[in-house]
Amino acid sequence: MKCTRVGLDALLIEVVDAAQAVDLASWARTRIDAREVVPGACTVLLDGLDDVVATRTQLSGWMPGSAMSSGERVEIEVAYDGADLGAVALLWECSTEEVVNRHASVEFVAAFGGFAPGFAYLDGLPAGWAVPRLAEPRTRVPPGSVALADTWCGIYPSASPGGWRLIGRTDAVLWDVDRDPPALLVPGTRVRFVPL
Amino acid sequence: MSPKSPKSPKSPKSMVVLDPGLLTTVQDQGRHGFAHLGVPRAGPLDAPAADLGNRLVGNPAAAAVLETTMTGVVVRLHRAATVAVTGAPCEVRVDGEAAAYAEPVSVRAGATVEVRAASTGVRSYVAIGGGIDVPPVLGSRSTDTLAWVGPPRLAAGDVLRLGRPTGSPAALDVPVGARRSTRWRLLPGPGADQITAAAWELLRTTTYAVSQASDRVGLRLTGAVLDRTDDRELSSQAMVLGSVQVPPSGQPVIFLHDHPITGGYPVVAVLHPDDLPACAQRRPGEPVSFLVG
Repeated sequence: MKCTRVGLDALLIEVVDAAQAVDLASWARTRIDAREVVPGACTVLLDGLDDVVATRTQLSGWMPGSAMSSGERVEIEVAYDGADLGAVALLWECSTEEVVNRHASVEFVAAFGGFAPGFAYLDGLPAGWAVPRLAEPRTRVPPGSVALADTWCGIYPSASPGGWRLIGRTDAVLWDVDRDPPALLVPGTRVRFVPL
Repeated sequence: MSPKSPKSPKSPKSMVVLDPGLLTTVQDQGRHGFAHLGVPRAGPLDAPAADLGNRLVGNPAAAAVLETTMTGVVVRLHRAATVAVTGAPCEVRVDGEAAAYAEPVSVRAGATVEVRAASTGVRSYVAIGGGIDVPPVLGSRSTDTLAWVGPPRLAAGDVLRLGRPTGSPAALDVPVGARRSTRWRLLPGPGADQITAAAWELLRTTTYAVSQASDRVGLRLTGAVLDRTDDRELSSQAMVLGSVQVPPSGQPVIFLHDHPITGGYPVVAVLHPDDLPACAQRRPGEPVSFLVG
């Protein structure tokens, strides 16, 4: 665990992977007085700290794995008819049915956000199933698109440009400012995809 | 200015937008606690100027004000109110008559308030006694121009509710100090070692210019190209306000209040928070130089 001061009142903590970042973020959320606790792919940012030095000391109380079990479980129904389903089958050297089976067999964990409100980088695909981004991003990806890039899975909460490979779509409401929390997939949420 | 008729009937508690200028948004102290869900903080880029406006009209610091961009804004008030224009200096007119800048001005019901183009700087603030009372979204009335959380940007014909004044206008306040710190202070960033020593020397000694592509998301700079020690994309990590990021072009970006939550390029430094208001007021083409601590 490497801890770097960022600006006047923030710390960036490097951990080994997304699972540890989710774990540290949920641990820190209940114990550290920060304005924002923001996980990344293998970092956690603690921003708006009153006392950076005291926080460093407090962080020694975290052990990897201490907060992991707290994530809620969410099932998301998917129509697997994405424009890139065939391309993913070619990359994975299997049938499109097998792509669906594999994708629906993984328990993903919402690791971090940042691309758009309600978007979550879902961690869980094995390294061998990594897929490259599209060489030419689409100018418009429809909302609810379920997509893959590298070993991440994600669902576009709203229409936007995007270079991820589309494998399906869902009607799940990922972002609603009148809901608490507004995001369906907050960091730590465990996600399973259910074929329609 | 040809007044347009409002979309909804006159309400004694509101004002109507006659001309929104280039970009006028509602801003309060910003939206906090939602960064991990992908929501930028928003809030006024020149926070001291917005605070001053609120003090002048007797508002609490949390009241929402208008933030203009270069070309000002024109509104008509449906009730009498105290108005103060701060931030980028500009002509202020009430029903065509010259009115004071950075002072509380009493405006009668039905009067038109014209905030003219900024003579220097970029963003003027319009504080109105009682504040702009648009419905808060996730605890804030600020418009975020990256993800468009919060109220939309002002458009001609929009009717905005005004809050009830709670304090008295201030007769006197601290003068608006010209923030002319010519060199902006850089604090260490998590990617300080991801540009070369030669690049640090360039950052320390050369002058950059503000790019036309700058906005509330970031102040984009053009000048000496900063070479990275490693061209691989980093894994996404969260960024703080004032992060100085070096994308593959080697042209640094200073991230402002509507910045993306996470990024994949090195953040080599962080701008000292006291120099952020100056970022808000630096125009495209104007120079920027840094003091590396």
